[in-house]
Amino acid sequence: MSGTFVGMPAFPEAASRAVGDAQLRHNLRKATHTIRAKRAAVVGEQPDWAELRAAGAAIKDRTLRHLDVYLERLESAVTAAGGHVHWAEDAAEANRIVVDLVKATGETEVVKVKSMATQEIDLNTALDAAGIRAYETDLAELIVQLGDDLPSHILVPAIHRNRAEIREIFTGRMASWGRPAPEDLQDDPRALAEAARLHLRERFLSAKVGISGANFAVAETGTLVVLESEGNGRMCLTLPETLISVVGIEKIVPTWRDLEVFMQLLPRSSTGERMNPYTSMWTGATEGQEFHLVLLDNGRTSVLADRVGRQALRCIRCSACLNVCPVYERAGGHAYGSVYPGPIGAILTPQLRGLTGPLEESLPYASTLCGACYDVCPVAINIPEVLLDLRAKVVSTGHRGERLAMGAARRVLDNPKWLAVAQRSAGRLRRWTPRRLPGPLSAWSDTREVPVPPRESFRDWWTRRQKGGGDR
Amino acid sequence: MRVGLFVTCVNDTLFPGTGQATVRLLERLGCTVDFPLEQTCCGQMHFNTGYRDDARPLARRFAAALDGYDAVVVPSGSCAAMVREWYPTLGVKPPAGVYELSEFLVDVLEVTDVGAYFPHTVTYHPTCHSLRSLRVGSRPLDLLAKVRGLTLVPLGGADECCGFGGTFSLKNPAVSAAMCADKVRNVLDTGAEVLCATDNSCLMHIGGSLTRQRTGVRVVHLAEILASTEGDAS
Amino acid sequence: MSSRDRILARVRSALADVPSTERPEDVEVPRAYERSRSGPDVVELLVDRLADYKAIVHEVTDVAAAVADALRRREARRVAAPPGVPAAWLGDAEAVRDDPALAAAELDRLDGVVTGCAVAIAETGTIVLDGADDQGRRALTLIPDYHLCVVRKDQIVRTVPEALERLDPARPQTWISGPSATSDIELNRVEGVHGPRTLEVLIVRPVG
Repeated sequence: MSGTFVGMPAFPEAASRAVGDAQLRHNLRKATHTIRAKRAAVVGEQPDWAELRAAGAAIKDRTLRHLDVYLERLESAVTAAGGHVHWAEDAAEANRIVVDLVKATGETEVVKVKSMATQEIDLNTALDAAGIRAYETDLAELIVQLGDDLPSHILVPAIHRNRAEIREIFTGRMASWGRPAPEDLQDDPRALAEAARLHLRERFLSAKVGISGANFAVAETGTLVVLESEGNGRMCLTLPETLISVVGIEKIVPTWRDLEVFMQLLPRSSTGERMNPYTSMWTGATEGQEFHLVLLDNGRTSVLADRVGRQALRCIRCSACLNVCPVYERAGGHAYGSVYPGPIGAILTPQLRGLTGPLEESLPYASTLCGACYDVCPVAINIPEVLLDLRAKVVSTGHRGERLAMGAARRVLDNPKWLAVAQRSAGRLRRWTPRRLPGPLSAWSDTREVPVPPRESFRDWWTRRQKGGGDR
Repeated sequence: MRVGLFVTCVNDTLFPGTGQATVRLLERLGCTVDFPLEQTCCGQMHFNTGYRDDARPLARRFAAALDGYDAVVVPSGSCAAMVREWYPTLGVKPPAGVYELSEFLVDVLEVTDVGAYFPHTVTYHPTCHSLRSLRVGSRPLDLLAKVRGLTLVPLGGADECCGFGGTFSLKNPAVSAAMCADKVRNVLDTGAEVLCATDNSCLMHIGGSLTRQRTGVRVVHLAEILASTEGDAS
Repeated sequence: MSSRDRILARVRSALADVPSTERPEDVEVPRAYERSRSGPDVVELLVDRLADYKAIVHEVTDVAAAVADALRRREARRVAAPPGVPAAWLGDAEAVRDDPALAAAELDRLDGVVTGCAVAIAETGTIVLDGADDQGRRALTLIPDYHLCVVRKDQIVRTVPEALERLDPARPQTWISGPSATSDIELNRVEGVHGPRTLEVLIVRPVG
């Protein structure tokens, strides 16, 4: 059973530990730089990228502004196609629904397609408590599950692991979950993929219940869409007799035609491919299968209520913002304390959970506001704007020390005369500028020189010059 | 052309040389420069940290002090971005024609050769807000390319943030320092004597690290390079 | 009140700022992107893009001969075939018809599967199957380790929007772009995981 994120420390402490882990930093740097270049190449060859991006954002805005209409439309389309629709207000209710559906089949094992929604609600733990074993089948999810680890990336949950570490995990842990790893397993990616194929093959062919999420749900037709690469998705979606899909209410797109935008935006932004190897699309009960759709709120309606933060619900979970983020690259995914790491996590987690603790309050500050995330976002989520809005909410209560300091700074800065006095004092004391600063400012001087104030501020120079004192 | 100079609180207090260079440069190019003394700070630090109620009076002060000029020139990408991009969200209408220095030179004065002389090897770091908020593009590089005596060398990983981020450098010091270390490595890899940018706050961060490590690389604001002439070099 | 009603009520109260007179269509969606475009020959483009993702591609004129050749090269003796694939295509190989449906374990023992397709997208190197008679149910092209797919020239479109226009959402679809692959190890793409590890595509150009 994989761990959970409960009780994680605030971002700066967790990030500081990650920064000190040389292996982790090497793994992350290599992986993010690889995918960055791939994305840039396939986005660059798409001549109408800006127009697709604008359309993608607008389609999602249309959906969100009329989400009630589209939810009902989706429900009736799925029902008309022979599927069953369930509604879950929170994680506990979603887990209860899924557990009951699995129990009704009499099965005690399920195979899972990688899904952010089921990670978010920690479904595997709930299934485990009910005596049901959930097998993750995506290669990276398998690495996380076998390693009793936490996901650290939306697309590649085991991005923090390199090939040697993966070989260790497979060799040490596969046997306790099923077919053991080959004895002479090497750390070549091809061999590792082959080991995963062998380990899961029997499991797929005998599975009776599959659990998935979905990338898109088309309201007009009731069609669900899952993009993947390995074929584990197709296995879980097509072979079991019962399929249960847990889908966030924001995953809707209004019409079939709208997929023409997202089937271009998502693969190129996500894996940096023109198209991912496999996409499955199905409508209701398909090829004799029993189909259940669980629609999940779990905080999404609170995000929807925030007029600035609402745009975070456009997210199609491509992870381009993680891959380009300089903070994510150094801090790693675990520091974000949620299944949603990186820039999107920094705005989504505090909104979904509320600003309820030190971690959630620290996340809006886990950014330099460099804007690289907004640039690459295929649905144009203005992440810096939402971060700034959340920061304003964070400081609206508590944080007395910082508030006092900021207030004092503002009073000086809002008065040119006081500012000039402060500047002249600093100038007179310049000789005594400390090499180490006190209190929170020591964070600066630990690695950087403290700038020495000049003898004369610009404003004093200007005033002197106006009085005829010359340039020097 | 009557130009209102908004020098920024960081330059006013810590880097007056950048303000002086901006004045010399603009006057050399035929502008009449004024520095309204009522100006102080654009409010960015407060705004970016979440203190909007503290930022608002500073934004109003800016709007009042710099009203009525043909153009307002700001030798800082991030302060110019604060004014243009975020003042409206505070309910403050920015004065018309607020430009970051390189935008003003290339777009308004329509010059790239400003008659500068700077006989050094220089590399340029495009700061995030110049690059992604203002989208100044190649303007600073076009200006540097025309400086006599200057050898421009490209910076690896140029578009990556240096890790300053205002209060980010204090709230997340470990990540900030790690980002800075990578930027410093890229700067050293160029072999340049001078690192140039359009923001002294970023330069203070990278430069603080360059100095601490005794690398010998100097940081110089774009305005100071563009203001330099043969006379200064002697 | 059910969870359904409570969620819908919360959605409506969250959207209090949306004017009650606004209809979904009132939210403008700018569709300035290109639904189709000109460019290199679609067959050449499809060949290039398929090969880029490590599929084996041939341009052929005689389907039956080409299928027989491909199966011989592959040494595939027993191959699955959906009910609608013409017998002539399957040459000397033993065709195991998926009618009635073959068990998963049985499919796993076969040497491959031969199908047609619904649409192919040149720009992305994608083949779309929609469960028609010559393509079969979804598992048929999933479990065998080798998939031989016949694409007619008139089934090829250039762009993704052109493909969606031809497809019927009521039919289950599988979009296939190269053999199964993963990028989960250090974000390097490796072909061959759970789906067919070899994808071979025959593009049929009409003679003359």
